[in-house]
Amino acid sequence: MAEKKWMPRWFYQLASPRWCYQFTGKLLPWFAVAAAVLLIGGTVWALAFAPADYQQGNSFRIIYLHVPAAILAQSAYMLMAVAGAIGLIWKMKVADMVLKSAAPIGASMAVLALATGAIWGKPTWGSWWVWDARLTSMLILFFLYLGVMALNSAIENESTAAQASAVLALVGLVNIPIIKYSVEWWNTLHQPATFKLTEKPAMPVEMWLPLLVMVIGFYCFFAVSLMQRLRNEIIWRERRTGWVRELLNKQ
Amino acid sequence: MKMYTNSRQNSSPGVTKLFMATCRREFLLSFRRKSDLVNPLIFFLMVATLFPLGVSPEPGFLAQLAPGVVWVAALLATLLSMDVLFRSDYEDGSLEQLLLSPQPLFIVVLAKVIAHWMMTGLALTLMAPLLGVMLFLPAEGMPGLMLSLLLGTPTLSLVGAIGAALTVGLKKGGVLISLLVLPLYIPVLIFGSSAVQAAVTGLPLGGYLALLGALLALALALAPLAISAALRISISS
Repeated sequence: MAEKKWMPRWFYQLASPRWCYQFTGKLLPWFAVAAAVLLIGGTVWALAFAPADYQQGNSFRIIYLHVPAAILAQSAYMLMAVAGAIGLIWKMKVADMVLKSAAPIGASMAVLALATGAIWGKPTWGSWWVWDARLTSMLILFFLYLGVMALNSAIENESTAAQASAVLALVGLVNIPIIKYSVEWWNTLHQPATFKLTEKPAMPVEMWLPLLVMVIGFYCFFAVSLMQRLRNEIIWRERRTGWVRELLNKQ
Repeated sequence: MKMYTNSRQNSSPGVTKLFMATCRREFLLSFRRKSDLVNPLIFFLMVATLFPLGVSPEPGFLAQLAPGVVWVAALLATLLSMDVLFRSDYEDGSLEQLLLSPQPLFIVVLAKVIAHWMMTGLALTLMAPLLGVMLFLPAEGMPGLMLSLLLGTPTLSLVGAIGAALTVGLKKGGVLISLLVLPLYIPVLIFGSSAVQAAVTGLPLGGYLALLGALLALALALAPLAISAALRISISS
């Protein structure tokens, strides 16, 4: 009986570091171009052409940086946890490397979200920081990233380090729904989510369309930096194999 | 082969027996090293002493601070005691024997954590009214403090054991374990100290206790799985 191909071939080929290196090499320029176009176009659109808010004036424009960074910080954590689960269950080396590469990017996105939030909070709420549910849970997310990174660098054996950080990432996953729903469960200063899958955003189209462009641009940027980190990691871990030596000799 | 597995299954102790045996072993070991038992309690007392000296000895101010201070001190004391949970077993090799044994690791780990909680968390809970008095916590707050600690400290022990299991093979586990575990402690701290605050102001505290209980139920069901996985990873290197 012929085996059913329920998963495309390229997907399980990604499990091989060499294939993954070549595959991401092909994807990288496309994502880089998309990220550059979307981020530059989105920034110009957001800063120069989108209408100003009737209450907050121009200060609201930081939303175009704040919301994508916050979304990315959570998505990167999800990706990290899923990669960790894949690495734990199927012992895939590439998944371990994805986990290790995603952590610093996610941490910097969390910092960016917290920093832009603080800058935005000063004119609108009158203070840089409030101990509000969403801000606190975002801070916890940042700490979780730091924990994963610290654990990863403390253990010398690479596969043990990856598995241990995968367990930690999965345990920390409890925090993601708390962040997501904190603005709905608790009555807080922070406004509810801008985008929802089920309903139309509360802002006018001219305002949320550039935001959507920025979010997609951030995702592309995330993909680019993740792939670059992943490729470095692959080269480093496979440095003793034949194909890496050949590759390096060619350059 | 079949005979062999059957006979082994028949001779293996039941789950309750295994649980009790592990608990008994933990108790025996700790009572032979009494300093490990007392140290977290002394630390708990000392941290609470620092606040009147460092912030202000004024009773009204301290009473406001008390729920949070007692909770933070209990949290740090639990955290400090976590590091020794698996370390001596790891060093003398009995942890490997536990992992190799055919008995379910879930039960062994759960028994170890619960025994550990009885000697730290429960002791901290019993000692908490003393700290409450030292910090001028109103008498109405005492039941809330005890109840919230009683429900919260087992969660702290269970979550802390995950960190302990992840760092057991490392030489310098001490700082790392707090880095890993503290972010996960924050929800327990929030609900725990809110419960005490509610009790002080006379508001109903059932909701907070229910949330603490829910966290405990979640940790009881899932943490032993994570601890076992983490132990297997730490031992394999």
